[in-house]
Amino acid sequence: MLGVEEIHTFYGLSHILFGVSLTVLRGEIVCLLGRNGAGKSTTMRSIMGLTPPRQGTIRFRGKDITGNKPYQIARMGIGYVPDDRRVFADLSVGENLELAQRTTGGLAVWDKDRVYSFFPALRRIDSRKAGFLSGGEQQMLTIGRALMTNPDFLLLDEPTEGLAPMIVKELEDRIGRLRAEGLTVLLAEQNQKVALRLSDKGYIIDNGLIRYHGSTEELTADEEARKKYLLV
Amino acid sequence: MEIIGDLTFAGLASHLLVGLSRAMILFIVTSGLSFVLGVLRVPNIAHGSLYMIGAFVAFSISHAIGGNTGFWVALLLSPVVVGLVALIAERSLFCHLYEREHLMLLLFTFALMLILGDLVKMFWGADYRSIMAPKYLRGSINIFDSPFPKYNLFLLVIGPIVAVLLWLFSNKTKMGKIARAAAVDREMVGAIGINVSWVFAFAFVLGCLLAGLGGALVSPTVSVTLGMDHDIIMEAFLIVTIGGLGNMWGALVGSLLFGITQSFGVLFWPQFAIVFPYLAVVIVLIWKPTGMLKSVW
Repeated sequence: MLGVEEIHTFYGLSHILFGVSLTVLRGEIVCLLGRNGAGKSTTMRSIMGLTPPRQGTIRFRGKDITGNKPYQIARMGIGYVPDDRRVFADLSVGENLELAQRTTGGLAVWDKDRVYSFFPALRRIDSRKAGFLSGGEQQMLTIGRALMTNPDFLLLDEPTEGLAPMIVKELEDRIGRLRAEGLTVLLAEQNQKVALRLSDKGYIIDNGLIRYHGSTEELTADEEARKKYLLV
Repeated sequence: MEIIGDLTFAGLASHLLVGLSRAMILFIVTSGLSFVLGVLRVPNIAHGSLYMIGAFVAFSISHAIGGNTGFWVALLLSPVVVGLVALIAERSLFCHLYEREHLMLLLFTFALMLILGDLVKMFWGADYRSIMAPKYLRGSINIFDSPFPKYNLFLLVIGPIVAVLLWLFSNKTKMGKIARAAAVDREMVGAIGINVSWVFAFAFVLGCLLAGLGGALVSPTVSVTLGMDHDIIMEAFLIVTIGGLGNMWGALVGSLLFGITQSFGVLFWPQFAIVFPYLAVVIVLIWKPTGMLKSVW
């Protein structure tokens, strides 16, 4: 469904990604593991068109989307959940969701009510300003906001970062349910346990290069590779 | 040195009203500048030029049509004309420059101010022009036994209407909410499938339209002439700074402070009246360097 081929991405003059390639098939959850600064977020941003790669191509459903604007990519059906959450702090929870609503395309139709059933904690705080939410609530809101665009592909950048174990567990359960709903997910994580429990296959990225890829079973078995590229 | 003019209750009240009506003009112009600063992050020095164009267009329209109708048509049409100028400038120039650093944008808008100033000079010349308010808004009425210009009362009605409309726009319409979201995080607005480019064009045109409306509204109370742009842009930038960048209510509070200190300055110490608002600005900035209300920057 998504094919990233040999992309090179830069921030200004600094070269961040050196020929990253990865493939995600329809219905899969694929994790992208790596340390801080390894290039996970940059890979996500490259796919979303926020930091377009200078070389290489990105295909979505067979179509070349390299160089498209983020809003066009979003409309094609890719939802983006950034690692630093980035809710619209000045708007209420409900307004955050309403702004993102799109009714065309997509698999299932998400609306505010359905997001609130998915994350019941959000329903009670519908009118609260998003800037005043806890970390867990903000994370639910960013995922909900991405779902409101009715994507069939979701880029989830470190959804469990800095959250309490209880919330991490809940999010893990919800991400699993998204797969059951037919969504395809690319999940960037530092938290190996959560990522490996959820995914079908995984990639390990380090210093802007893909160092390893394999099925979840292979990754779980290969402790050496995980130690080499993921231990801090 | 005459420090006390007529320090009576009536005198104070009438100066307060004058200050308030001046504040309404300042608010209308400044809210537009603040909106553009907040949503687009562009410090638009040419905002004052659009205010001046608003006043000159109002002059031309009201003289072409004449009479009471001329004034009302001018008041409605000149913001639209200014909005069109803004739309052309946005689509041809500004939209390529949003990612540039602020210093570049300052230089660019400064250059645009000079260019627009010269275009106004070519088009209307350097003469002083004046516009008559409609008959029923001329002259004054007595409030607390002192005369108060009717046109200023009219301004006191228009100001709050504009404030309410702006509040309704930014809180009740989808476009307004998108603009508020873009002020906080424009990249994420794009990532949820909204074409930010058009949101920016809309926000820019709306902000400049307010400059045009301010220019049209002020035209019967001043002489319409070159240099109006410089005067207003200094004041407008000071007001958005003390109010809090990008904050609509900050623009209102800042305008009230500026307008009222200006008119009370006239009352208490006429020779140095011009100093008072600037003194107020200095005090506010020492007390709260980021402005009285929350800045979106």
